[in-house]
Amino acid sequence: MALFKKKKADVSMEEAMYMETQAQLIWRKFKKHKLAMAGMIILIVLYVVGFFSEFFATQDIAKRSTTAISMAPTKIHFVDAEGNFSLQPFVYGLKQEEDPVTWRKYYVEDTTQKYPLRFFYHGDPYKLLGFIPGDIHFFGTPQPDVFFPFGTDLSGRDLYSRVLSALRISLTTGLVGVFFTFILGCLFGGISGFYGGIADTVIQRVIEFLMSMPSIPLWMALAAAFPTTWSSLQTYFAITIILSLIGWTSLARVVRGKLLELRNEDFVTAARVAGASDGYIITKHLLPSFSSYLIVNVTLAIPGMILSETSLSFLGIGLTPPIVSLGVLLQDAQSINTVSMYPWMMIPGLFVVIAVLAFNFVGDGLRDAADPYK
Amino acid sequence: MNEYILQVKNLKTWFKLDTGTLKAVDDVTFSLKRNETIGIIGESGCGKSVTAHSILRTVQNPGKVLGGEILYDDGNGPVDLVGYKPDSREMRKLRGREISMIFQEPMASLAPVYTIGAQMMEAVMVHQDKKDKKAAKDACMEMLRAVGMPDPEQKFNTYPHQMSGGQCQRAMIALAMVNRPKILIADEPTTALDVTVQAQITDLMKHFQKEYNMSIIYITHDMGVIAEMADAIAVMYLGRVVESGSVKEIFKNPLHPYTRGLLKSMPVLGNKTGEKLNAIEGNVPVPLDPPAECGFCSRCPNRTPECGAGIPSLKEVQPGHLVRCFHV
Amino acid sequence: MRKYILKRFIYMIVLLAVMSVFAFVVIQLPPGDYLTSYIASLQQQMGEVDESVVLNLRRQYGLDRPMWQQYFLWMRNMFQGDFGQSFQWRQPVKTLIATRMPMTIVLSVITLLFAYAVAVPTGIYSARHQYSVGDYVASILGFIGLATPSFFLALILMYYSNRYLGLSVGGFYSPEFQNAPWSFARLWDLCKHLPIPVIVIGLASMANVIRILRATLLDELKRPYVVAARARGLKENKMIYKYPVRVALNPIISSIGSILPSIVSGATVTAIVLDIPTVGSLLYNALLSQDMYLAGACVIMLTAITIVGTFISDILLVVVDPRIRLQ
Repeated sequence: MALFKKKKADVSMEEAMYMETQAQLIWRKFKKHKLAMAGMIILIVLYVVGFFSEFFATQDIAKRSTTAISMAPTKIHFVDAEGNFSLQPFVYGLKQEEDPVTWRKYYVEDTTQKYPLRFFYHGDPYKLLGFIPGDIHFFGTPQPDVFFPFGTDLSGRDLYSRVLSALRISLTTGLVGVFFTFILGCLFGGISGFYGGIADTVIQRVIEFLMSMPSIPLWMALAAAFPTTWSSLQTYFAITIILSLIGWTSLARVVRGKLLELRNEDFVTAARVAGASDGYIITKHLLPSFSSYLIVNVTLAIPGMILSETSLSFLGIGLTPPIVSLGVLLQDAQSINTVSMYPWMMIPGLFVVIAVLAFNFVGDGLRDAADPYK
Repeated sequence: MNEYILQVKNLKTWFKLDTGTLKAVDDVTFSLKRNETIGIIGESGCGKSVTAHSILRTVQNPGKVLGGEILYDDGNGPVDLVGYKPDSREMRKLRGREISMIFQEPMASLAPVYTIGAQMMEAVMVHQDKKDKKAAKDACMEMLRAVGMPDPEQKFNTYPHQMSGGQCQRAMIALAMVNRPKILIADEPTTALDVTVQAQITDLMKHFQKEYNMSIIYITHDMGVIAEMADAIAVMYLGRVVESGSVKEIFKNPLHPYTRGLLKSMPVLGNKTGEKLNAIEGNVPVPLDPPAECGFCSRCPNRTPECGAGIPSLKEVQPGHLVRCFHV
Repeated sequence: MRKYILKRFIYMIVLLAVMSVFAFVVIQLPPGDYLTSYIASLQQQMGEVDESVVLNLRRQYGLDRPMWQQYFLWMRNMFQGDFGQSFQWRQPVKTLIATRMPMTIVLSVITLLFAYAVAVPTGIYSARHQYSVGDYVASILGFIGLATPSFFLALILMYYSNRYLGLSVGGFYSPEFQNAPWSFARLWDLCKHLPIPVIVIGLASMANVIRILRATLLDELKRPYVVAARARGLKENKMIYKYPVRVALNPIISSIGSILPSIVSGATVTAIVLDIPTVGSLLYNALLSQDMYLAGACVIMLTAITIVGTFISDILLVVVDPRIRLQ
């Protein structure tokens, strides 16, 4: 097509295009995929916010308020009761009122107490990532008990800060799990595809066996077997390992399929005839040919991990408090009563959906971008 | 009776893509006489297949036949096929009955989940005015024998993947011929076969032509097959017919630079080894939003500034011999 | 073909056997064994328990034998119909499972049928009208189905159907029909309760099948045999269903083998959230209370459903695809 453009493009640019690496070519095609780019931006935001969750949060995640229990998300105002507009947003304080019929106490906005919201204020002290002390928060107000962007839970804890902290756990569980999946998948798929024979048959049967099992009952059974004496960190890793123990099968299949295809390609035969060893062929020739498929498969496996961890934690047999993951947070939203009276408790679920969607878009975009035949 | 069974005039089939308009067929003109074979020759990407599909009106979205005439005359006066909608009853009556097509990859052109017999029966019965299974079966068996299929009764009940490439091609020919069409469009039918089978298939087609008074449009890029099969030739380049005429005339006196290049590029038996092959320099461009110029000018050895300024029209320079070039 | 079916059948038996070993391991995993909890509960009821009684019980349940003997003892009991006792419910495990097994199978099968019944036409439409509005809508719905954890979807649907439709949610039947004898009214009540769990469980699978079908069909629609069939004068619609759709159905049928496990999985979580009495929710409760014989039996039953289902889909594939049938 470029041949028809009357104005010939810069020769050096054309030449440069022929010498682009595979990664650059994939990136160029990926950029055109709008959904995939959107997904990627969302993921970057989620991971950054989750990683530095203490900084982006409005308060400490364990802090309970005695006054703001099960509060709906705080409304942010720009115009006050008298009609004055201020560029700086603010929230109102709370005052307690009593329902005359039921005598139940509830909280209502007190328009006499105005608390402006600003960036980078000094708030609750924290240890970023567990060891860097600080107390600057991204956005909010130092006044306690008034600003809850996502509302509070039954114990008066700020849901927004807890969601940010949960993001860190849920999103990294996916990554850690996928790391183990990647290793197992490459290992077994590689042996199966490259050496064939009995090893292949055995591994294939094992894969079929694992794939025909309903995963959640098996995970439930394995997870319930943990001694309750284990520390949170140990259960965290154990859960991710369990998730990948059953999840490596699809990656192994892809690796095996690709290896079988490539094993008979002419360029492999040529390399072998030229005297290359097995290891050299695998690393220098075979792996780069399907590294893009690997990346796509791994990217698409992450949302599965996230969904599984969320489901297990929700059921109470995955991660448990004090570790806060999106699934743990959703446990509080289990009953229909909670859901109808305090619907904001379901916000963590929304984040799960967004994260999973974003990963799927990015994975699809990568898959389309890496396909050399499109 | 009109001596032409099919006349294609100024046919245009364009594809509207995100990247632009692909003018796959852009002013194709040729005529097919009754009981004759016309060979349509050109490199890959010149629009030969799209032309064939345009005649049958089977071009799929985003492609559309946008202009020109396809005049089909079965003896009762010419009918313009461009006037019909692709999925109309009139076109469906023509397809597979009056105008049939055979394709390049024989095994891939047969559905893998139905037997040859089932597909043939369907081809017969969809065109029957009154459904008659027995008559259909008889017609199928007769045609299987006529194409020289070994063990026709057994092959009737076999699946495509159980047969060889040559047998699949015979099956496909049987499918196309079972309703005794008046025009057979052969889209590179022997390209995927080895040379001995190629000879058998072309013999078979010539036999049917004589037997059923059939006209053939033979699409290929192989000049040798054309020389053997065709009575007339249309040379296509970049969606246009650039030269047409009788096969003797074209081979004896090629006028268009492209035709000359094609004929020169054929390796000749007996040439000294070590001689370079005469290739036409450059590559076939993709007709995506092409500029208004002679399509061949980017590769033409006789190019002048005039060639880049406009599209030459197809002119009859000798009786029956038409050329599209500014310099002829 | 017969050899193929026989091979798959034997394979199914082997899988079931391996699963039983796994289930047995699950039973043994938690510290202590069945007896320690049983004795503890006995002690709660009756005070001190005599040492000899404990020894007798041990011997009776074979808990003094090595592990592999215990496994075979357990298997032998199972074949005779004795699945052990659930001390949480104080009933034989067999009874507990038998009451829930039918509905568990029914729920899984109905969800499977529903998922495919919706997904196949949608996938075909999406492929034939690529990039149309309908295609985009189907894609979006599909993505939401993939991304939403089933329990979350269950909560949302529960909330909305309760609030806006006034349906009594949770369980298979409304309270008044729970133990009533069968009647049309009861059947209708069941039908009113099924949509939410079926939709919740089926949505993710539906999305998957649509994706597979759309991609496969898009490929098939471009193939030479479709072009050739069209050139023979067949009516477009009929031709699409008879040729490319028919071919695209093969991977769909073989996908049943992987969709069914995820349906059983999803059914487990959904049953817990929506409080539906299935084997899955029974398993959950059993695990929480370390009622291990019940848990092991539930695991076997659930995996048996998927293994048998996969076997049936293998047979279906053979019937439908001549390329396999004639090997």
